[in-house]
Amino acid sequence: MASLLHHIQHQGVTIDAPLPLDSGQILPSVTIAYQSYGALNADRSNAVLICHALTGDQYVASDHPATGKPGWWARMVGPGKPIDTDRFHVICANVLGSCMGSSGPASPDAATGAPLGMEFPVITITDMVRAQAMLLDHLGISRLHAVVGGSMGGMQTLAWAATYPERLGAALVIASAARHSAQNIAFHEVGRQAIMADPDWQDGQYYASARAPTKGLAVARMAAHITYLSEAGLTEKFGRRLQARNIKSFGFDADFQIESYLRHQGLAFTDRFDANAYLYITRAMDYFDLAEPHDGRLAGAFARARDVRFTLVSFDTDWLYPTSESRRIVQALQSVGAAASFVELSAPFGHDSFLLDVPALDRLVAGALGSGF
Amino acid sequence: MALRPDLAIIADAVPSSARVLDVGCGDGELMAALRAKGVDARGLEIDPANVTAAIARGQSVVQGDANRDLADYPDDAFDYAILSQTLQTTERPDRVVDELLRIAPRAFVSFPNFAHWRVRLDLLWGGRMPVTRLLPVAWYETPNIHHVTVSDFRDLLRAKEIGVEAAWYLSGDKPTSAAAATWRAEHAIFLVSRT
Repeated sequence: MASLLHHIQHQGVTIDAPLPLDSGQILPSVTIAYQSYGALNADRSNAVLICHALTGDQYVASDHPATGKPGWWARMVGPGKPIDTDRFHVICANVLGSCMGSSGPASPDAATGAPLGMEFPVITITDMVRAQAMLLDHLGISRLHAVVGGSMGGMQTLAWAATYPERLGAALVIASAARHSAQNIAFHEVGRQAIMADPDWQDGQYYASARAPTKGLAVARMAAHITYLSEAGLTEKFGRRLQARNIKSFGFDADFQIESYLRHQGLAFTDRFDANAYLYITRAMDYFDLAEPHDGRLAGAFARARDVRFTLVSFDTDWLYPTSESRRIVQALQSVGAAASFVELSAPFGHDSFLLDVPALDRLVAGALGSGF
Repeated sequence: MALRPDLAIIADAVPSSARVLDVGCGDGELMAALRAKGVDARGLEIDPANVTAAIARGQSVVQGDANRDLADYPDDAFDYAILSQTLQTTERPDRVVDELLRIAPRAFVSFPNFAHWRVRLDLLWGGRMPVTRLLPVAWYETPNIHHVTVSDFRDLLRAKEIGVEAAWYLSGDKPTSAAAATWRAEHAIFLVSRT
């Protein structure tokens, strides 16, 4: 439940400096929760920032404090792993607007102490990146060896290269895009409407009440979860198989395994995520279009990023952020002369492939980070 | 590991500060040699396993098709473009050569010479498409869809008014003369330039 979620203590820092936002509003101070792994070297040159996805968090390689499950990228981050914490100082921060300790809609109003709810300003992907830059300033890290991210993490990585090109050596962007498409926005809108149509949402001021919009949030997660998987993957995993029964019920129980699976995914999600945070972060993703400030020319976003080494990876079964979006980024990078690598990997898991066991991805990640050392 | 002789010639001929695009770079063997001497080498490669291997070695390689994706590079993006053992696999070799010399003022182009004496004898006596060391695949599954000879390529360059700055001809691993190349060279490497 949201109320339990907000009682977890997270490691973090509150920076008493204003953060001007793309909306024109200003956050007077910013709290950023983060985790770090591996030692920072003497000349502070081995820091790698990992940016998490929409429903991810800073617990990239440590157990989740609410669910107890292993970190979401524990297979990729650790001693001797592709992002090797024996070599790199790995930082992962909870994004602005989220619900795992960083400033977001559950944060208290400075004047009243009550949760901000929908008073929290609408933020963008670049605002998230600005907050991360403030964290790095606070930590005394002026330049990152690399920024790495999948999905929305990839959007932040691209925004890093566009906003602070002098602060990173390499950018690794996995299963991502430089803009949200109409289809991407459409799916997010379904999720937001599910949350806001839940009477327990109460215009976002549910934190003090006994009711939270868990039903709406669960439906939002169910719809989104479908977009993370491939049709072939769903067919292979579930097909038309029935759930714990031999015949159809001729009712509206979860007859099919896929229904039962989605209901479980939706419900489990409400234990670890805040509905308002879901609204804010999906909005930030929908507003994301790196080319927009450059008259629609994506190359304009990378004009200052010529010296960043980019690696882009897409998956052939990812229809949420398809290969064509990665190719569009590669074309923009090539037109400004930036060093860009790109490969489309074959994996059966759809968009979620970036989180799962794809051995070629491990080699790519290690290669993208190893260069320059 | 020793480079293939044609690649060794190219690696040797590229000046150390150059910016280079290796079109059809495979797993990055030539790029590794170029980078070892300080060349800013990037690659384009169609096979994802090769691309993955090259990126895993820390190289900048884009998965793409020389028939289409050279168009994504701006004019004069590089000092040299390299097309080794790939010309004969492209859909329109003439257009690929144009593209190479659009994105770089100079290009290395190497290809197996289909007029080598052994190929000629194979055709003459065997009456079948030759299967040789450099052309090892049967006609129906070969990626080499535009077989080309040294004379053909010289004609193409002349017709396009493309300059030849240097040429190397190999018989086995050994150089052979330009005069005898049309029948003695198994393999030709041209350094061409805009005129």
